[in-house]
Amino acid sequence: MSAISVTGLVKTFGATRALDGLDLEVAEGEVHGFLGPNGAGKSTTIRVLLGLLRADAGAATLLGGDPWHDAVDLHRRIAYVPGDVSLWPNLSGGEAIDLLSRLRGGVDPARRDALIQRFDLDPSKKARAYSKGNRQKVALVAALASDADLLIFDEPTSGLDPLMAAGFQEVVRELKAEGRTALLSSHILAEVEALCDRVTIIRLGRRVESGSLSDLRHLTRTTILAEVAEPAQALADEPGVHDLKVSDGHVSFDVDTHHLNDAVRRLTDFGLRSMTSHPPTLEQLFLRHYGDELAAEGVPLQT
Amino acid sequence: MSTALAGTRRLVRFTLRRDRVRLTVWVLAIVVTVLGSVATFSSTYPTAADRQARADVLQSNAAASLFVGPGYGTDHYTFGAMTANEMLPLTALVVALMNIFLIVRHTRAEEEEERAELIRATRVGRLAIPSAALTELIGANVAIAVLLTFGLPASLEGLSAAGSLAFACGVAGVGLVFAGVALVAAQLTVSARGALGLSSLVMAVLYLERALADMGDSGLAWLSPFGWASNLRAYVDERWWPLLLFAALTAALVAVAFRIAAHRDLGAGMIAERPGRPHASARLRSPLALALRLQRTSLVAWALSLLAFGAVYGSIAPDAAHLAADVVKLKDYYARIGHAAVVDQFVSFAIYLCAVVAAGFAIQVATRPRAEETAGRTEPLLATPVGRVRWLGAQLAVSLGGGVLVLLGIGLGMGVSYALADGDAGHVLPSVGAALTYAPALWVFTGLAALLFGLLPRATTWAWAGLGVVGFLALLGPLLQLPDWIYDVSPFEHVPRMPADAFSAAPLLVLTAVAAALLALGAWGFRRRDLG
Repeated sequence: MSAISVTGLVKTFGATRALDGLDLEVAEGEVHGFLGPNGAGKSTTIRVLLGLLRADAGAATLLGGDPWHDAVDLHRRIAYVPGDVSLWPNLSGGEAIDLLSRLRGGVDPARRDALIQRFDLDPSKKARAYSKGNRQKVALVAALASDADLLIFDEPTSGLDPLMAAGFQEVVRELKAEGRTALLSSHILAEVEALCDRVTIIRLGRRVESGSLSDLRHLTRTTILAEVAEPAQALADEPGVHDLKVSDGHVSFDVDTHHLNDAVRRLTDFGLRSMTSHPPTLEQLFLRHYGDELAAEGVPLQT
Repeated sequence: MSTALAGTRRLVRFTLRRDRVRLTVWVLAIVVTVLGSVATFSSTYPTAADRQARADVLQSNAAASLFVGPGYGTDHYTFGAMTANEMLPLTALVVALMNIFLIVRHTRAEEEEERAELIRATRVGRLAIPSAALTELIGANVAIAVLLTFGLPASLEGLSAAGSLAFACGVAGVGLVFAGVALVAAQLTVSARGALGLSSLVMAVLYLERALADMGDSGLAWLSPFGWASNLRAYVDERWWPLLLFAALTAALVAVAFRIAAHRDLGAGMIAERPGRPHASARLRSPLALALRLQRTSLVAWALSLLAFGAVYGSIAPDAAHLAADVVKLKDYYARIGHAAVVDQFVSFAIYLCAVVAAGFAIQVATRPRAEETAGRTEPLLATPVGRVRWLGAQLAVSLGGGVLVLLGIGLGMGVSYALADGDAGHVLPSVGAALTYAPALWVFTGLAALLFGLLPRATTWAWAGLGVVGFLALLGPLLQLPDWIYDVSPFEHVPRMPADAFSAAPLLVLTAVAAALLALGAWGFRRRDLG
């Protein structure tokens, strides 16, 4: 059964079509990566799922309920961390954590205190004295200390330092081991790669790609770096080979996954001395989908 | 110094752009109210004898010095002397408030919201933000002074160009001093709320000091800028050297503020903030508990201020009748209805005025949900199993219930001090009852704010405009003789004015029903709309 099932979701704000027939499937027990550039509609989708926005068209089911009509009941089983956390300036972080946890239905004090320690948060500071990262920690502790079945994170580590971000990954893995479900919207591809079973990439309010990371890799190219004895310019004519660079016995190219076998066989014709290959990173998947957009803005595509 | 001020000119333009409506409204509202009030003098006190009677009453009543000056020229009470005596203190007080609000808005509030950081990261000096705010307020005070100088009618007996200039300079001088006070306060506290509180406290203390000093003849009024304004003796016997006091104190305050601003960290204050509790108290577990926690300071401040306000009116209630008895025009009226009835009318009117002010509390709390929403604090709450109506209802409940408490404060303040002044404990309960009768009128304003929040969220703050209209009708309405239907717009006009009028339940039930309908519509709208 799906924890989240969205089909053909449409949401417009005036003339802007923020969601334009979006589809999203998140299975129970998985950590699902939700990727897209700024303005793709990630936060809008999440806010529709939380019943904060009402969809104009399409269907959305969350834990078997309707996100708009059953909002209050569903929220007993959901914990949410917004991308931009805003707190009550004269409440301390500890008070905000307790309030949010109690409203969700009780808090396990031991777990709360362990998380506060893990994220190195001073809970007695007033919220106005917190940095963005510390405000984010408050929301994270409140969400992670809960026993929610579904956790929704909107760019949860954007204000955290790498050490804290690693701590976050660790906690999410523990939750996953307990069989809980998470939707993780992120720009940090390494984080998605490290945590997520499956990924949905959206753009301009539509899904452009969805599947497990290995599924998506099938759709894309492997990078080959090799040393050869003979000039290998002829590789350029091989089907599925892209971005060939030959210099002084060193060859590098990308090859479509289903042409990999032929390309490597052909490579041996040039007196192969050494070879390394690596699968496409999410970075490359991402660039393939947004490449034209980035190129239009003058961003180089090679990473 | 020049690098510390770099970018000030640009920031001044930016500040004026942001405030183009706000500042215009402040300046025009102040000027129009003063000119409008002065214009009514000649119809209220047509003869010299009327004015003289008025002056004698004010002179004989010590408590009157809360609202009027030391009374220069009371032996020959011209319209000019009347303007200076009766308009100056309150006008200066409102101008001081304007300066405090706008200075804090552009200094500490910007820092607290972390927008100042963006500005300061550009080619802008350390003092550019405070000096841009100060420049705007200097301009506003000068604008008020110019408009008053040329707007006050020299045709009225006793008003002169020099006198109007002195009056206007007194008002603007007080304004500048409090721009300086607010500028210093903004360096000391870490929150905008704190800076507003500190500046207002200084203002209240200096205003009361002047009022107390003016009850006697001690010369202690010279300790307060409000006293300096009166001592320009506008329209009576102008003297100009006290203007130097305004200039010197303003310069000193600005120098202190700039010195601190040039040396402190951005976002830091001089008064350290107490750490909060690491755990929430056991009670903080519902939207209602949160709303109470966020509004408790404000509720206490409103209730105590209005209690004090009521107490002031209560203490002069027994004398009020003499006031009417001495005004020639009202003599027949007084003879006709008798002493007790005149006092009752005074008490009724005072409670009515206080209740109109109390509606400010109801609106302040009822417009808070919109502020919470735009700040993004609603989202995490509604992502818990808290329904929208429960979240909104909690805050509106504080507005409805807190409003009743503030009214209770008015009634108690009025009743107890009236009872003490008159030696009759029987005044307490009628005053409390009379004040509480206004609860349904306050609820209508809570309902208005809720309606706007549900259906036209961006217009939520326009609920204040509704109170502005009602306040205008309360203060100037009786003099303007407008058509009846305009008065009927105000919920306050439908509440029986006890103790002068008899209690009647019907209008209160109607007002309650209207409030309930507005609240229901607002909640209905909020349930259906997007959050954002």
